[in-house]
Formats: sequence, C-alpha cells, structure tokens
Amino acid sequence: MRLDIEDVTIEAAGTRLVEHIDLTVGSGTFAGLVGPNGSGKSTLLRSVYRALRPAAGAVRLDGDDLHAMDPQAAARSLAALPQESSAEFDFTVAEVVGMGRLPHRGRTAGADREICARAMDRTGVTHLAGRGFPGLSGGEKQRVLIARALAQQPRVLVLDEPTNHLDIAHQLDVLSLVRESGLTVLAALHDLNLAAAHCDVLYVIDKGRIVAAGPPLDVLRPALLAEVFGIRAHPVRHPVSGAVQLLFDRLPPTT
Amino acid sequence: MRRRTAPRRIPALPLGLGLAALLLLSLLCGVALGAAGIGWADVLRFLWAGLTGGTVHAHDAAPYTIVWEIRLPRVLLAAVVGAGLAAVGVAVQAMVRNALADPFVLGISSGAAVGANAVILLGALAGLGVWALSVSAFASALAAMALVYAVARSPHGLTPLRLILTGTALAYGFEAVTTVMVFGAARGEAARSAMMWLLGSLGGATWAQVPLAAVTVAAGWAWLRRRAEALNALAMGDETAASLGVPPPRLRRELFLVTAAVTGTVVAVSGAIGFVGLMVPHVVRMLVGADHRRVLAVAPLAGAVLLVWADVLSRLLLAPAELPVGVITAVVGVPAFLLLMRRGGYAFGGR
Repeated sequence: MRLDIEDVTIEAAGTRLVEHIDLTVGSGTFAGLVGPNGSGKSTLLRSVYRALRPAAGAVRLDGDDLHAMDPQAAARSLAALPQESSAEFDFTVAEVVGMGRLPHRGRTAGADREICARAMDRTGVTHLAGRGFPGLSGGEKQRVLIARALAQQPRVLVLDEPTNHLDIAHQLDVLSLVRESGLTVLAALHDLNLAAAHCDVLYVIDKGRIVAAGPPLDVLRPALLAEVFGIRAHPVRHPVSGAVQLLFDRLPPTT
Repeated sequence: MRRRTAPRRIPALPLGLGLAALLLLSLLCGVALGAAGIGWADVLRFLWAGLTGGTVHAHDAAPYTIVWEIRLPRVLLAAVVGAGLAAVGVAVQAMVRNALADPFVLGISSGAAVGANAVILLGALAGLGVWALSVSAFASALAAMALVYAVARSPHGLTPLRLILTGTALAYGFEAVTTVMVFGAARGEAARSAMMWLLGSLGGATWAQVPLAAVTVAAGWAWLRRRAEALNALAMGDETAASLGVPPPRLRRELFLVTAAVTGTVVAVSGAIGFVGLMVPHVVRMLVGADHRRVLAVAPLAGAVLLVWADVLSRLLLAPAELPVGVITAVVGVPAFLLLMRRGGYAFGGR
C-alpha cells in the first residue's frame, strides 16, 4: 500500500510546525525521516497516524484521504508505534498485543487469538505473554509494541524513533523485524548510519520543511549534513561489510 | 530493570458470579438488619408480601412499613449508588490516566453540594417539596459540569491535565460557596444535615429515587462496558488510541458526559460518598488485572456490596443515631486497600 503525504501543513497555536510537506512511500518501501530535534519529524508522523489533523494538505493511502476515512478503517490499514510510553496501567503483554485487534472488532470472529499468537511469535515475545507490560525492559517493550502493530494486520507501519533508549543489538533487532515485515514503512530515526543501512529512501526534514530526498547515500552528503545538523561528516568504508559509514565531529560555529 | 513475577489474577467470571450472589445476600441482610430489631422470618414474610402484592395484618403495619418503605429502598439505593460510583471511578481514572482520580475529581459533586445546601440551609426551591433536594442537587451538578467542560476545553480537546486542574480548581470554588452557606446558617440542625450531605448519606432514600437512579447507573454501566476496549486503548495513551482507531477527543467528550450524568444522579440522591469511586477500581484491578472489559464487569458489583454493608454499619454502630456512610467506607476500606496494595504486584500510579 502506497503512502502519500501531499502538501501537508500543520499548525499549533498559530505557529506552523511543518509546511508544505510532500513525501511518498511506495508499496513495501522502508522510508526514513531524519532531521534535528524540533525539525517536525514527530509532528508530521502524528498527522499520519491521525493523532493530529493537518491544517492543509492530505495524507493518502493508495489515493484515499486518511483523515476522511472512518477511524477504525484507517487503523486497519495503518498501524503506529508512537513515542509516548505511558505505562501506568498494569496490562499484561498479551493484553497489549490484543489491543491491536481493536480496529477489527466484530469482523474476525475467533481468529483474534491466533493472529495475536502469530504476531508475538514473530517478534519473539511469546514467553512474555503473562508478564506485566510496565515491568518490561525497553527492548522487550518495543518488541511487544511491534507485535501489537503486526496484530493490527496493517499494510503501512509508522514508527516514531523506534530505536530510542535501546542498546545497539536491540536497535538492529528492531529495525530488522520492521524490515522483514515487508510492510510499507515510514520511520523517524535519529541514527544516520542506522537509517542509511536500513532504509530504501531517506527524507531529510529541517525547520518543518523537506530539504532532501532520495537513496540514503545520495542524501547524506557532508554539505547537507553541515547545513542541517551543524556537523562535519566524514564518509569511511566499513572494514568488514564495505558499506559507507559516516563519522562526525562538530562544525566550528560560523560567525 | 526490576523483574516482576506475573501478577496473580482471579478469573473475572467466577468472581463476578460470586459477587452477584454476595450482593443478593447483602441486600437481604441490609433489609433485615436495623435498629428496629425485626426478626428474619418477619422480614422475609414482609418482602414476600410486598413482592407478590399480598396482605399483612394490621398490627404488622409498622414493621412492614419499616421493611418495605424505609429499609428496602435504602438498601437498593445503596447498591445502585455503590455500583455507579465504582463504574464511574474506573472510567474517570482511564479518562484522565491518573490513579488519584475519582468521580468527584471533575468538580461535579462539589457543584451538586452547592445546590443541595441551598435547599437545606436557605430553603431554596421550597415549592418542589420533597423533590427540592434532589432536583436542586442535580441541576447544580449539571451547571457545574457545563462550567468545567467550558473551562477545560482547548483546541486539543479535553486533555487529562486540563480536566483534572479545572475540576479541582472549580471544586475549591464550589466548596467555598458551600462553606459560606454552612457558616451563615442560623440553625444548628441544618448545618448538621448539610455536613451529613457533604460526607454522603443514604438516610433520605425513598422509593421515588430508586428507578431513575437505577436506570441512569445501568445505562451508564452498559455504555462503559461497550467502550471497554476503547478505554484500554485510551489508558495506553492518546497517540496509541488514535493509531488504534479510537479518536481520544471524541471518546473523552462522551466519557465526560456519561460520567457526569451518572455522578450527578448519584450525588443528587446520596451526597458525596467518598472512597468507593477511588478505591474499588484499584482493588478490582489488583484482583482481575487492568483490562477494562473485566474491570467494568466486576467493579460495579464490588462497589454495590461495599456500600450496602457500609450503609448497614452506618445505621447500626451508633443506633438510633447515624454515622455518615463516607466515614464507614473509609474506616473499612482503607485497611483493606492497604493490605491488598502491600501484597505487591500493582503498577498503577508508579512502582
């Protein structure tokens, strides 16, 4: 399923947070959204998973306006891992994953349990089923939330910094899980090397506008990174894989 | 990261059936126990006569009236009020995602108190006779609700923090008005009944109040149960709820209306009975887990049983005088709650 963000502008309290954003994620493509803190990544993603309504423009799934759809129908096509992590209620892991079936209620008699079991199996959290979600480690929580998203049986997955607070092994695990899902993915990512390694296409957002788009190695050019992030990037070859990696140092402040 | 063992849980269905049976038994005990000392056999005979439209001897008229006209409506109302407070407590805690929330956190009960005390202390709405108290309390509850809603609204809908802050702030305002009325009242007995009302009491229960309160609580409960899964999503966070197809602003608006209507009705017939709406949801979550489908099935039954017994104790302990029922719910409930909480494994409100 193809995701199109068309000329989207989002305002809050009279301030424009993102302006005239155009972004396309082709069916089955893993698109990354990178940019400095406060550049509008999360805001843009919120408008995609319908936590925010854009002031102008449209978000489309295979051409259908997402914000004009019935909320449940939209949630059957598009799942999200938001950044919030409110874990005040002591739901079990199985209950959290089961929430992914909410948009399908009344449509799939009896199959819910199997679908959840398969989703938990795919993300390796079956053994945690009876545990309380609030007591899990960060990596376990993230895998449980991915299982919930898979249980939603969506065709598009939106992730807001899914690797936050995870150690490097868990970061790689989470991104591989997402990659293997075969879904259309739009993910905000902080780690540029991780983004370059996992994404088919990258969008760079700065001050609420898309400033570059394309295959990772075309996009992550030192000149652009200097301008957007204020850093100096040095591409080097990975000694084992041969892939291009970026090393960074701070750009001296220009006066 | 601290590892916790899987929470010990009781299956909801047997617990619910058990509580339903216990509630029936409690209702019977509630009718049989009282200051007048009417024997069990007589109580059962009068109940049977009342239910089947049978006759009682003339010399039984006084005890029959006590059982059928005074105790039975009071006990039924206690069950209805307890169920309503517990159900609303569950819903409000999910709505604002706060462990300290209860049905009164939205300021609606404090608003109702202003209306009730205007009747008790100032003799307002005297033209409505016995209905003056309930009508005035309900009307001022609705006015308080409209005010809280209007102030708490923002471009992002009713956010949890704005709801709690607005409700709490306005509650202080309403309580100030009530306090001024109590201090300004010339009659000591009126001040006492105003106090009784603030702490909650079922002493004024009549048959006339039961049907409306029962229907409102039942309808509110039915609606909440239908939305139990949406409440689960909302409990996980607004963004999660939105991504699961549950738009939080709309759900919160509906929740506000339903909880306010039930709270207003309950408070109008019984005053602000504390503790039930705050603690019963927590106790039930400790027993059956956080899933609102189970919590909402069990909590109203637990609230009903608790309040029936609290009311029995409030009548018996200092008979023939009465204690405010809120005192009993606190005295009985607090130790039970602390005991359960110390058993461990309960997450809501931080660990």
